[in-house]
Amino acid sequence: MLLAAIDWHILWQRIFHPDHVFVLALWRTIYISVCAQVLGVVLGLIGALMRMSRLLPLRLLSGLYVLIFRGTPLIVQIFFVYFGANLLFGVALIPRTVHFGLFDMDGAAFAGIIALGLNEGAYMREIIRAGIDAVDKGQLEAARSLGMPYRLAMRRIILPQATRFIIPPLGNEFNSMMKNSSLVFFIGVTELFGDAEIRYSTTFKPVEYFLAVAFWYLVLTTVWSVIQAQIERKLAASERGDELSFRERVAAAWLPSGMRVRGTP
Amino acid sequence: MSSNGPIMCASDVVKRFGRLEVLKGVSLDVHAGEVVCIIGPSGSGKTTFIRCINHLEKIDSGRIEVNGHLIGYREAKGRFIEDSEVNIARQRCEIGMVFQRFNLFPHMTALENVIEAPVRVRKVPNVQAIREGEALLAGVGLADKRDVYPGKLSGGQQQRVAIARALAMKPALMLFDEPTSALDPEVIGEVLDVMKKLALEMGTTMIVVTHEMGFAREVADRVVMMDDGRIIEEGPPRHFFEAPREERTKRFLSKIL
Repeated sequence: MLLAAIDWHILWQRIFHPDHVFVLALWRTIYISVCAQVLGVVLGLIGALMRMSRLLPLRLLSGLYVLIFRGTPLIVQIFFVYFGANLLFGVALIPRTVHFGLFDMDGAAFAGIIALGLNEGAYMREIIRAGIDAVDKGQLEAARSLGMPYRLAMRRIILPQATRFIIPPLGNEFNSMMKNSSLVFFIGVTELFGDAEIRYSTTFKPVEYFLAVAFWYLVLTTVWSVIQAQIERKLAASERGDELSFRERVAAAWLPSGMRVRGTP
Repeated sequence: MSSNGPIMCASDVVKRFGRLEVLKGVSLDVHAGEVVCIIGPSGSGKTTFIRCINHLEKIDSGRIEVNGHLIGYREAKGRFIEDSEVNIARQRCEIGMVFQRFNLFPHMTALENVIEAPVRVRKVPNVQAIREGEALLAGVGLADKRDVYPGKLSGGQQQRVAIARALAMKPALMLFDEPTSALDPEVIGEVLDVMKKLALEMGTTMIVVTHEMGFAREVADRVVMMDDGRIIEEGPPRHFFEAPREERTKRFLSKIL
């Protein structure tokens, strides 16, 4: 049996007794993904607002941004952000270590976050723009008829409503982000995938280490999908005008869709 | 009715959508405290006209003044330049608008809908805005719905909240764009009652685009008939409904009454 070739002990250890090096790698994957996603949302929002601007240069810039970052491979972008500045301009744009007040960050991890965030922003721009477009046109008219200037109407009326169209695809984007973050291993960041890669190269047991790392990615994405489901539930509830308590919302997230919590005896 | 100048003064307003001329020179004055009902077949430009009054549509020529301020444009050396966003917004504070499809903000409660613009635009202190907002909701008979989201309100209730929301800015002029057209027949009355109260008891200056002839007859000081982008006849409701001059008006009224 081929399965007998697997060293189950290693797999077992990797899953149930992770060492501190592994935990650090897991932590890197999480913070790189979260930071890059936050950066992506911010860039996407700026891009979407630029896209709707009256000024042609802003619209063109926004279009160019999406063209480039959606049109080239992520791995190329990561290399360019990390090595590109040095090679093109002869200066280290991103230092070996980046200082943020109390804590330091590995320069490569920082570059990875920037690259993943830039790439993500291009996709988020489209998602956010579609979300804003999906809000009923009458909402902006109502806000403006009340004397609200465009920016205020956007911030108070349109964007809060657009979020309910943006959140579901945003969740999917974050799911991809956690997996795509493995690419930063190629600029030398030891995150989940990198950890597995290094161990396999010293033990020559690829199947065990990659099975284990696949398991951990699955844990991350599964935990996230539960969180995502809860957020979407809450959004749906507020749209229905139901005022669910926290306990009811948690319960609602676990019940099959269509089943109502409130009013059931 | 006040004798000093009109609150709203439109002269020779022309509006085109592409090659289609929707308003072909509309002139209308509305004085303080006056209620003007605009009637006419669909596609006659009545909705477009009142949307021009608060610059939701840009006019192509002519001029509209509200409270003596030119709407949407600045006059410089005999030319009209579109006004800045901020100035247009300021002018709109003087003009309340009620839409056919209510357009309440669904992510805010009834009270939050009403106080949003006073607090954010007029910078009214929260406590005062809430007090006034509650009074307005009480005025439209919805004091008990202050913390309810629009999704849980009936169409008639939503439209009454929308009226309270527009009134919260203390506008000099209220525009109603077919306020009862999207409502179920049984709740039309409650909205019309609120509008009647505004007109008769509070002396609100109103321009109402409507198909409710009963309302026009009872409440309007003047009825204006529009057809094909022009005002073809206007007059006090008695004369208008009982002895219309124009053939087109007679035909329209015979169909609708």
